[in-house]
Amino acid sequence: MISYIFLQHYWWMIVSLLASLLVFLLFVQGGQTMIFRLPGNESQKTMIINTLGRKWEFTFTTLVTFGGAFFASFPLFYATSFGGAYWVWIAILFSFIIQAVAYEYRSKPANVLGKKTFDIFLYLNGALGPFLLGTAVATFFTGSYFSLNYMNNVLWATPFHGLEALLDGRNIALGLAVLFLAKTNGLLYIINSIEDEDLLIRARNKLIFNSIAFLAFFLIFLVSILLSKGFAVSGNGSIVMENFKYLHNLLQMPVVLVFFLAGVGSVLWGIGTSVFKGRRDSIWYTGAGTIAVVFSLFLIAGFNNTAFYPSIYDLNSSLTISKAASSKFTLTTMFYVSFIIPFVVAYIWYAWKSINNRKITEEEMKEDVHVY
Amino acid sequence: MIENVDLSLVDWSRAQFALTAIYHWLFVPLTLGLSFIVAMMETIYVKTGKEEWKRMTRFWMTLFGINFAIGVATGIILEFEFGTNWSNYSWFVGDIFGAPLAIEGILAFFLESTFVAVMFFGWNKVSKKFHLASTWLVAIGANLSALWILVANAWMQNPVGMTFNPDTARNEMVNFWAVLFNPVAVDKFLHTIFSGFLLASVFVMGISAWFMLKKREEWLTKRSILIAAVFGLLSSLMVAFTGDMSAKTLAKVQPVKFAAMEALYDGSKDAGLVAFGVLKKSDEKILEKKEVKDFAMKIRIPGLLSIMTGGSRDVFVPGIRDLISYGDSVRNILSISEMMQRGLYAKEVLNDYKRAKMLNDKEQAEIIKNEYFGSRTFLEENFRYFGYAFLNSPEDAVPNVPVAFYTFHLMVMLGFFFILVCMIALFLLYRGSLQKNKWFLWVALLSIPLVYICSEAGWVTAEMGRQPWIIQDLMPVSVAVSQISPGAVMTTFILFAVLFTALLAAEVSIMVKQIKTGPKH
Repeated sequence: MISYIFLQHYWWMIVSLLASLLVFLLFVQGGQTMIFRLPGNESQKTMIINTLGRKWEFTFTTLVTFGGAFFASFPLFYATSFGGAYWVWIAILFSFIIQAVAYEYRSKPANVLGKKTFDIFLYLNGALGPFLLGTAVATFFTGSYFSLNYMNNVLWATPFHGLEALLDGRNIALGLAVLFLAKTNGLLYIINSIEDEDLLIRARNKLIFNSIAFLAFFLIFLVSILLSKGFAVSGNGSIVMENFKYLHNLLQMPVVLVFFLAGVGSVLWGIGTSVFKGRRDSIWYTGAGTIAVVFSLFLIAGFNNTAFYPSIYDLNSSLTISKAASSKFTLTTMFYVSFIIPFVVAYIWYAWKSINNRKITEEEMKEDVHVY
Repeated sequence: MIENVDLSLVDWSRAQFALTAIYHWLFVPLTLGLSFIVAMMETIYVKTGKEEWKRMTRFWMTLFGINFAIGVATGIILEFEFGTNWSNYSWFVGDIFGAPLAIEGILAFFLESTFVAVMFFGWNKVSKKFHLASTWLVAIGANLSALWILVANAWMQNPVGMTFNPDTARNEMVNFWAVLFNPVAVDKFLHTIFSGFLLASVFVMGISAWFMLKKREEWLTKRSILIAAVFGLLSSLMVAFTGDMSAKTLAKVQPVKFAAMEALYDGSKDAGLVAFGVLKKSDEKILEKKEVKDFAMKIRIPGLLSIMTGGSRDVFVPGIRDLISYGDSVRNILSISEMMQRGLYAKEVLNDYKRAKMLNDKEQAEIIKNEYFGSRTFLEENFRYFGYAFLNSPEDAVPNVPVAFYTFHLMVMLGFFFILVCMIALFLLYRGSLQKNKWFLWVALLSIPLVYICSEAGWVTAEMGRQPWIIQDLMPVSVAVSQISPGAVMTTFILFAVLFTALLAAEVSIMVKQIKTGPKH
């Protein structure tokens, strides 16, 4: 018999996995922020956009599935955060709507808004998407201003409905870290996928700055949350502030610690091998590292008697995975549904491999193919 | 529960959701049907090896791609708006409603998004058969996606397979199969996908007719019309059949909506079906507030409504006023007044339970929990009418009758018109005189906007007709809304309206340009 607690933890892991895959796939967004300054000519720009454009659907679908999985497994979070931090989520949505059409429409004749507008849409999605998602996730550690009434309906305590998160430096730090990580991964993906010597040199030059910026902001965020108080669940179920809570979580869950360190190591290895050894396939190291790091950060936020969506306004309204979870029946049903995930991963891998079987070249862009 | 909700907030939230849904539904049905039409064309290409079939496939695939992107963009907002604008709803039923959305993502969206990339970029990279399989998988993925979202929507129209948990103050799923095979879900899924197939068929016929009028691409357009007309005729017949199934189900589970669709205020045996009618104002009121709409003129088929809903002219079909005052004893439907009393009682019991919990009166809380929430009788005879506790008058349970009536009748009339269009197209193709009959080519072309109107009208009937409910009998929209300022929702409504309109203008303009350019050589 599967226990309810196991199911809650299992679904937190699935949501964490989707979040980590999403952050990796934000390389599409990161790449989009460089469509104006990275390419040296129009042909390079077309190659960059077409390289990224063939993957935008994966990022988009992962975001939608992440939302759906969160709704199904932790509906109280969905209701509380989306209904409360309204402006943050609407801004995120807005940035993704403009992306979805931008690729398909940018180079089509009679597109009304003009190519430049659609390219600006791509840029805005690239910059705002990762930054806002990072900022929103940082509130898992720093808290938000809400309370829940006796029917578990959310009442947001500020009129800014989520925008107040931008006033906390730690949230900004994670937002910027995710943005620069997306840029770093975007550059590495371009290095891996496009056959153009000049573009390769340009991408490597940009890689150094972006990876340093990522590391700096990530370190600021990490140190600040590891050394600050965290939101712990006490023995009687109430929420209390605990010194070094997230550091304790990391140390008390050695498997997560190993994952985290391996992830950090893999990201650094990927960046290092690309910058110093000129490897083309470093995206797979930074990608795997990104997934491991984000996955472990989510586990630190939700496991080990921790409130994953804390309220600084009313501590006991904070959400824990047990409080926010769906019923045992629903989680069990979804547990069986999740068995299909390996099959989904397998066909994605197969299709991805089939499309990426050779690097994108200037010649291919001139062939009779679907070009953005 | 929020008792004093600002109505302007509810209205703006409804307007925003309606706006998103209406825009989204401009693009989705074409994706549902065109994906299969393209897959059929590509199958013929792979079987025959004729390049002309590939050319045809790629032409329609280009139009599919233009439409697909904007459908995806508007779709993501709908999912997230359940949280941003309807957060009380998201909690109250998220345990049931969230699951189909998650399954949609895992089972359908990844299938669609993975293979759509192969479909567009794989022509020169994968084998013909793998490419063909990808095209079919995109079609299956798109329609699987429709299945899950329609299961979710159907649950809102007819909540089944759940129980109420007073501790968490939410409904929880107890029977997944009841949710999946909810009779409304089965009807809705079939009716919706076949209507999508029909819309795409009319679209293909209309565009092909334009080429014929211009005397261009004769080989390609003739075959396109043949495929679309056959697919369209079969689909339109299925739309009619599943529409009839839907009406029968509606009469049982949403009787007020059903009566509103027919503008039937006073029921009778041998009730006639209004085939066409014009409503007018009257001085009469349903009770005190809402006006009864009389018919200025109508064409009525005697007895048909009784036969459709109960199989015999002797069957009594209740009208709105009957449902308010008496219900329908044959179908075990209580009067709205009675449901309001039961809903109020359920709310009182829940409040007593919550009060006992707050005062830490464990004994009292335990008694209420066992005697009431632990009893199927209380849940089935009282709590299922919980939403009625939030209505001020039985009239509040009546939707906007003219909107339900006109959109429903428009949908039905246009639906029959498209059956005729498909039949004439096939007849003229058989006679070899399609190109000579310019009047029909014009009819086919002008049918494109009509089929979109028909499709949207169907959804307006479904969604406006079920007001005031977000979940039938359990939760009115006024209780489901997120507590945000009306100004904030108004601002995002305007932002979405401007953005969607700009993107729609771009989509239509690109589509027209691509059509004028024609298939590539």
